[in-house]
Amino acid sequence: MSEPQGRRTGPDRDATGTGAPHGAPQGPRTARDEILGRIERALGRRRPPVDRAYAAIERPYRRRHHESGIVDLFAERLAHYRAVVHRVEPADLPGAVARVLTRGRYAVPAGLPAHWLAEVDPALLVHEPPTTELDALDGVVTGCAAAIAETGTIVLDHGPGQGRRALSLVPDHHLIVVTADQIAPDVPEALERLSPARPLTFVSGPSATSDIELNRVEGVHGPRTLDVIVTR
Amino acid sequence: MTMPTYLGMPAFPRAARAAVADERLRDNLARATGTIRDRRRAAVAELDDWAALREAGRRIKDHTLRYLDHYLRLLEEKVTAAGGTVHWARDAAEANRIVADLIRATGRTEVVKVKSMATQEIGLNEALEKEGITAYETDLAELIVQLGDDRPSHILVPAIHRNRSEIRDIFRRRMPDAPPDLSDEPAELAEAARRHLRAKFLSAQVAVSGVNFAVAETGTLVVLESEGNGRMCLTLPKTLISVMGIEKVVPTWRDLEVFLQLLPRSSTAERMNPYTSAWTGVTPGDGPQEFHLVLLDNGRTSVLADEVGRQALRCIRCSACLNVCPVYARAGGHAYGSPYPGPIGAILSPQIRGIGSPVDASLPYASSLCGACLEACPVAIDIPEVLVHLRAKVVEEGPRHPLAGTAMAAAGWTLRSPRRLALAQRLASASRRLIGRRGRIRRLPGPLRAWTDSRDAPAPPPESFRAWWKRTDGGRA
Repeated sequence: MSEPQGRRTGPDRDATGTGAPHGAPQGPRTARDEILGRIERALGRRRPPVDRAYAAIERPYRRRHHESGIVDLFAERLAHYRAVVHRVEPADLPGAVARVLTRGRYAVPAGLPAHWLAEVDPALLVHEPPTTELDALDGVVTGCAAAIAETGTIVLDHGPGQGRRALSLVPDHHLIVVTADQIAPDVPEALERLSPARPLTFVSGPSATSDIELNRVEGVHGPRTLDVIVTR
Repeated sequence: MTMPTYLGMPAFPRAARAAVADERLRDNLARATGTIRDRRRAAVAELDDWAALREAGRRIKDHTLRYLDHYLRLLEEKVTAAGGTVHWARDAAEANRIVADLIRATGRTEVVKVKSMATQEIGLNEALEKEGITAYETDLAELIVQLGDDRPSHILVPAIHRNRSEIRDIFRRRMPDAPPDLSDEPAELAEAARRHLRAKFLSAQVAVSGVNFAVAETGTLVVLESEGNGRMCLTLPKTLISVMGIEKVVPTWRDLEVFLQLLPRSSTAERMNPYTSAWTGVTPGDGPQEFHLVLLDNGRTSVLADEVGRQALRCIRCSACLNVCPVYARAGGHAYGSPYPGPIGAILSPQIRGIGSPVDASLPYASSLCGACLEACPVAIDIPEVLVHLRAKVVEEGPRHPLAGTAMAAAGWTLRSPRRLALAQRLASASRRLIGRRGRIRRLPGPLRAWTDSRDAPAPPPESFRAWWKRTDGGRA
């Protein structure tokens, strides 16, 4: 098979800056050279240094919209999406997990704190199941990396205790444990806590669609039931 | 041709006239856009710093466009370093060629797709079909459009022109595994889509996606969605191919703090959409192990070269401007003859495709310039300003209105002589016999018909001001 036209894999060595003209093309002009050349012609070469221009962008918006009652706000906003929110004392966490995981079989990711599952019937738990078995399971239990109170959002970075992405996607029921210290008041502070080098999944309620007459209907391809245990 | 004009697409006024006469379409649109308008207003009002967020969004986008070459090079470097492969496509044909070759290299003939405006724009599904590759749309509204052999009519909800009972009928007719007693309850319709696509997701080897944001600093790609079909496509297949317009890049991870607040509230009127996925290259043992990013120009660099028109490239595809537009609410999305309907489409399509065709030359006029779109836009695109700018271009360069030259010459000749003007005014008053039902003239006689082909003419008054003045001696008689 022939190489697709315009294909290019390596980064440009001349990534120094802004208006520097691209070096003379070798052989036929690649799509990359041509597009970058068009952009340079469109913008002109006389531009201030990019870093200075970026730093000059004003950001007069709030870092957070609420100063107190962050955990209450998170629980309220999440419940608004029809997630089932359970608020418990840290000591009651194992009991709360056991009360949610009552019937069926549940996937468990590596690295989930063992005491969370201390009161669950071990026969219900399947540790690190392969992807091909996920559709036959009833649910999955995970932790998370961070949460956002203002928007009722939970973020998974698929590290220890959260499993690879497929694990919390294919089963129809997802139980997430969120500890109070993981809840950021708003979007800006939550993003600061996350590493974009990791795969990230932002979850705000069970799967839903607005595609029928622009009304929200819960339950399409992702988990249709979302239980969230929030420790105080 | 860079972006397909839908075959045989008439100019906007003719297409719109047919749509406006379709009462069911108008009902469906009025209900859906009315619902979302009210909810959006509430979602935006909840943030007292909305104006500041909007201004920051505008500035970040303007800055990025001003240094687009720099940020695209940086994005390429970071995606490559994280194990992805970057491709550049000058136009639709080149992008389609790249995607088709990548799919064929996997040995597969089926792909799952998550809704993407960029692949709509380049006509990817049709191009793949010619190569013997079947693309399955997995977004509910895209599925409705695909099963109904229909065209998308809205950026966010491509099947907005269909109501629930029409959707049920399409599913019953075209979805082989749909239950025969399927009702028109939205929850049941969603359940049918879930069952229909589940096996496809679980066996898919290749997925094609669009991109909402690409972070240059880290090489991170971001997709916002609701249903989980995006997560399925971005997670389960072995190979992922993402197609993005070059204007989707943002400088830093931090910049998402602005857009993750602006986009969900503007588009679905939610505090946050149900799912957002972010990934950087490939992650060993998690998700696709082969990742390709196709950077698409397809006319964007010529939009960038227009200092007034380039603000259209700030667009984050939220569709708020469609939902507030009085013209869109009545004419519907199909009349715009492009995957990008509504106010944003009226400034984007003619800039990307050029103003050579009747539909593209008519799009800058598909607006009353009421300004509701500018007010709703989360990145403050001054759509009326660009429309007026494009109208000037159409007059200068586009296909001329067949009457424009003659009419201006005739007007000049008439206005130069008071006697000729008086005669013309008497004739105009006499033309009131042409008045249609709503007090407008739908069709002028003779060569003047060319004028009313694309607009109604206002009825002239029964008596001109000059005639009234003369008859009443300035009101004293």
